[in-house]
Amino acid sequence: MKPFRIALIAGLVAIGAASAYAQDNKLRIITWADYVPADVIAQFKKETGIEVELTLSNNEEMISKLRATGGAGFDLAQPSQDRITGPQQEFGIYKPMDTSKIKTELFIPSMLDATKKNTTLNGQVYGLPHIWGTDGLVVNTKLAKMADYPDLCKAEYKGKTSVRLKRPTLLAFAFASGKDPFALYNDPKAYAALMDDVGKTLTACKGNIKFFWDNKDQLLNGARTGEIVGAMMWDTGGWKLNSENPEIQYIAPKSGALGWIDTFALPAKGRNDAAAYAWINFNMRPEVAAKVAASAGNFTASKGADQLMDAKLKAQFAKSFPEEALKNVKWYPAVPPGIEDIEGKVLDRVKAAG
Amino acid sequence: MAAETAVGIAAPRARLALLLLLAPALVWLVGLIVLPHLELAVLSLRARVAPRVYELSLGQYRTFIDEPLYWHTFVRTAGISILATVCTLLIAFPAAWYIAKLARGRARSVLFVLCLIPFWVSETVRTLGWMILLRESGVLPRVLVDLGITPAPIEMLYHDATILAGLVYTSLLFMVVPLVSALESLDDSLIEAAYDLGGTGWSILRQIVVPHAAPGIAAGSIVVFMLTLGNYLTPTLLGGKNSLWFTEQIYTQFITRFNWEQGAAFGFLLLVLSTAIVWLGLKLTGQHFGDVMRRS
Repeated sequence: MKPFRIALIAGLVAIGAASAYAQDNKLRIITWADYVPADVIAQFKKETGIEVELTLSNNEEMISKLRATGGAGFDLAQPSQDRITGPQQEFGIYKPMDTSKIKTELFIPSMLDATKKNTTLNGQVYGLPHIWGTDGLVVNTKLAKMADYPDLCKAEYKGKTSVRLKRPTLLAFAFASGKDPFALYNDPKAYAALMDDVGKTLTACKGNIKFFWDNKDQLLNGARTGEIVGAMMWDTGGWKLNSENPEIQYIAPKSGALGWIDTFALPAKGRNDAAAYAWINFNMRPEVAAKVAASAGNFTASKGADQLMDAKLKAQFAKSFPEEALKNVKWYPAVPPGIEDIEGKVLDRVKAAG
Repeated sequence: MAAETAVGIAAPRARLALLLLLAPALVWLVGLIVLPHLELAVLSLRARVAPRVYELSLGQYRTFIDEPLYWHTFVRTAGISILATVCTLLIAFPAAWYIAKLARGRARSVLFVLCLIPFWVSETVRTLGWMILLRESGVLPRVLVDLGITPAPIEMLYHDATILAGLVYTSLLFMVVPLVSALESLDDSLIEAAYDLGGTGWSILRQIVVPHAAPGIAAGSIVVFMLTLGNYLTPTLLGGKNSLWFTEQIYTQFITRFNWEQGAAFGFLLLVLSTAIVWLGLKLTGQHFGDVMRRS
């Protein structure tokens, strides 16, 4: 009996040690779908021995999950650059980046500087750029003709269009009405008035909308079956549909596509910063970044990755963004605290309208 | 109360044993129900004045009253839930009657299992099944076109009726089970006697069957009403842009608006208002809560 018992205890100790070791060498990432393809995880594991654990999410959920734990549970998050300083001020869910641990030469300089500027709070940087893209119109050109967001509300497309019931939609329709919502970020009163107007526009448009899409696949399926002829969506979905059916195109709207950059940020109580930095440096290497870009269907902030990108995606980008449209992209500035409360009320009202 | 006096008389050892036996339930109750609710109560009573600065306030509850859309949503949710409960009862009663009184032996267990089978898959899968059937490019609209009933496929999702159908489907089992157990205890000879005394089917149902099954009906209705009111998935998926369900509002406040204070207040309002509705229902039908719970 005795040797057996000793073996058992030894075994348990070994398992315990192994799990402690595994914990030390695990990187828990909360990110968007398709940002971390499996082969990149495998390559990272091979090079560093670090295991990657993924949680797929979106901007709001990332913030909510980190808020619930005070910034614990994940070692790396990927929120959009405009949604970092606000939640950081409110909830303190991130820790500052130590940029000396980052190989900054791997980033496109202008994008790195812009993101750093937008995610700086009290002199400290909280975010580094990773993947960028735009929000615009996905149109089935055989079934509909659209050039700007309000075209989604034209009577002939009743019940055949879709938008998200989220802030980008409000901002898009604000730009389409000829106003600049970003200029009003620091004037809550004027911003609230503008949002009220946009809310009315969207309420009037509600009959046209088949559903407020919530996950990408729901919209892609709708577009594939022809149930949806036009939608506000991000470029990658549009290009994906375009590859399947050339009649579906991603269009930069006349009033401007909305430009977003998703970042790397460190949760306040992350346990494995070293792994997080290693992951960031690994991800920004052009050949890895190109793989990620191909999986996400978007471009990255890695310098030189675009040369390795799929020619088809580059062609699709060029078609969607002629020189003029590219200049007209509205990049999100950082959202000050309080702004999302105003938008939330408007979105609730749109949802409740009959 | 009875337990406490029993403990008072019993020896200390017995008291310890009782305490140990109760411990898991107590840990469960305090840790997972009482404590979180206390925290929610505190959360709901504060308002944000500046980043990370909060003050005591009733503002969250005032928002519920001042902003019509929130209490409209609540009234709507409660209304549809009551309607769903009634529909479930009307559909479940004949089924329960058949299982309890008419079916015998094997047929009976088969029927019971048939009621249970939909619950072997998760609610998500069941709801997605409905979506595949009802969406514009789905099975049912296609069949209607093929039969020449409608000229073009119609969108059957995103209507209140769709939500109602989904809710009734989801709750059927919870009504059938208490009804069957209530009806089983009804002595057949009572019904025979009633027929002998010249009762009609309708008067027997009204004067004998329903009064006897009343606690079972009340128990099933309470469970179904609470489940429906607190359901999130079915109304959200089947209702789409028009779902407007109160639990969805709570989710939105917590997750997409980061407004935990408002979400907590809504959560409490849901708790209080649903309790009030159940209490009112029991009062109106002359049932007693303890009696109902014992029978279910």
